[in-house]
Amino acid sequence: MIKKITNISDQGIICDFGEEVNKDINKKVISLFNYLKEKSNKDEIKGVYNIIPSYNKLVVHFDLEKNNSHKLKEFILSIDIKKLTTSQKNKSWTVPICYDDEFALDLENLTKSLKLSKEEIVNTHLKTEFYVYMIGFMPGHPYMGDLDKKLFTSRLQSPRIQVPIGSVAIAEKFCIVYPYLSPGGWNIIGRTSIKLFDTKNLTNPCLFSPGDTIKFEKINKSELK
Amino acid sequence: MMEQNHFEVLRPGINSTFQDKGRFNVQYMGLAPGGAMDYQSFLLANILLDNDKNTGAIEFAYQGPLLKLVKGKTKIVITGNVFFKIYSSNGEIIGDPYRTYDLNEGDQLDILATKASVYGYLSVEGGFKLDKFCGSVSSQPRAFIGPNEGKKIEFKDKILILKNSTIKKNKIIRDIKFESKKIFSVLPGPQFHYFSTTSKKKFFSTPYMITKQTDRMGMRVIGASLENLINSNIPSEGIIKGAIQVPGDGNPIILLSDHPTTGGYPKVGSIISSDYDDLIQQNANKEIFFQLVTLEAAEQQFALYLEKIKKKISNIEEI
Repeated sequence: MIKKITNISDQGIICDFGEEVNKDINKKVISLFNYLKEKSNKDEIKGVYNIIPSYNKLVVHFDLEKNNSHKLKEFILSIDIKKLTTSQKNKSWTVPICYDDEFALDLENLTKSLKLSKEEIVNTHLKTEFYVYMIGFMPGHPYMGDLDKKLFTSRLQSPRIQVPIGSVAIAEKFCIVYPYLSPGGWNIIGRTSIKLFDTKNLTNPCLFSPGDTIKFEKINKSELK
Repeated sequence: MMEQNHFEVLRPGINSTFQDKGRFNVQYMGLAPGGAMDYQSFLLANILLDNDKNTGAIEFAYQGPLLKLVKGKTKIVITGNVFFKIYSSNGEIIGDPYRTYDLNEGDQLDILATKASVYGYLSVEGGFKLDKFCGSVSSQPRAFIGPNEGKKIEFKDKILILKNSTIKKNKIIRDIKFESKKIFSVLPGPQFHYFSTTSKKKFFSTPYMITKQTDRMGMRVIGASLENLINSNIPSEGIIKGAIQVPGDGNPIILLSDHPTTGGYPKVGSIISSDYDDLIQQNANKEIFFQLVTLEAAEQQFALYLEKIKKKISNIEEI
């Protein structure tokens, strides 16, 4: 469970669930996140600015005028995380992806470093059911895992200055989608046209939530919107 | 239909955006809180105008906009250490920050420069007419979030004002001092122990220069590099503004209001909240120092920070 809680700011604490990154630990992080979010919405925890779940950590950013680290730490340590139940329902998504060479900028190089054919890489990627560990870095940006061991790879030696929007990329045991034009150092294996963050949607702008599952579905270039 | 009260932008300035206190309960979606860089100056602008505390203002950096009040009558205030002029039918005056002014139809407001500082704020009585997203009008141009799809304020933009001025008297805070702060307090971060004792000693005793690679997302400083003994990558974790992250090259980056929501670099510490407004006002090329403090000291400083704001508010006079 929580190994320790320390300060990440004078207005923020970080709950550390240990070094490992796996679904079991992440599910505990998410259940604590949902619980604290509910408590904060009901104003049973005062002055919460943001609660930020990640792979194996949970950060709570609060207003020091209304709350403090000591009180929050004590409160969180009194929670039995194993017993938390949540009304949050996780969803399953199918994400269209085009693996054509013009989008899969690093696929060719990966065939060499992974010693697999393009078809093998694509089929392995398509077979995997991905789990959303967290949304972070920029709006709607999912961190998903785990890749099949055959596809484990390191990041690019030198990151790209600009990664095209919708690029699907892999590194280590994770897979991401870039929702915006941005710099990036992950290996790009395809492109999707799915909109991950929609500012027109005022109630639920972010498509995925931590804990959702995702499968990719291969499409042709002509189907890419 | 009657034309709404509005300014026309005759010059947008360098980095002019709409800001309020920022967004809450959104960071789990990858959306940064954003909000006014110098919260205190932003807040005082609204209080001087009897506005709701969180009314959206125009934040500008270095050079602000030149605005013409095309329609209506409004009361304005500028906060920060700002040099500005007002052109009216009575001629030209040099304005004082932290003092409200009445603008009449046809008047122009020329926000020329911030003095020995970076950010300033313009607020109008009753506020601008702005669409909110997730409870806030704050702009994040990179993510197309905020009024007008998050774009910075541009030449010829029409900025709508919600109402005509009804407050007769003007207000001022007289004793605002613009001190140049040099030493910034740092609370140890979650990966404080990743860095060698020798390099931390240097970090907390030698000067660091603020580089030009500084914006609303982060401030890069150059000085003695921090030596990482454990790992220069960590599994990405949540970020709070003020965090000092140290990538593999050992050069610290202080993450500011539009920071990425999560980050995979170890953090040596974080700038204490009460020093944040002063930190972001420091210009590029300036030398600053960091000093290590305890949580208790940081909390005491925060209480003092709130006290000082309250005192400024109680010093507001009618003129």
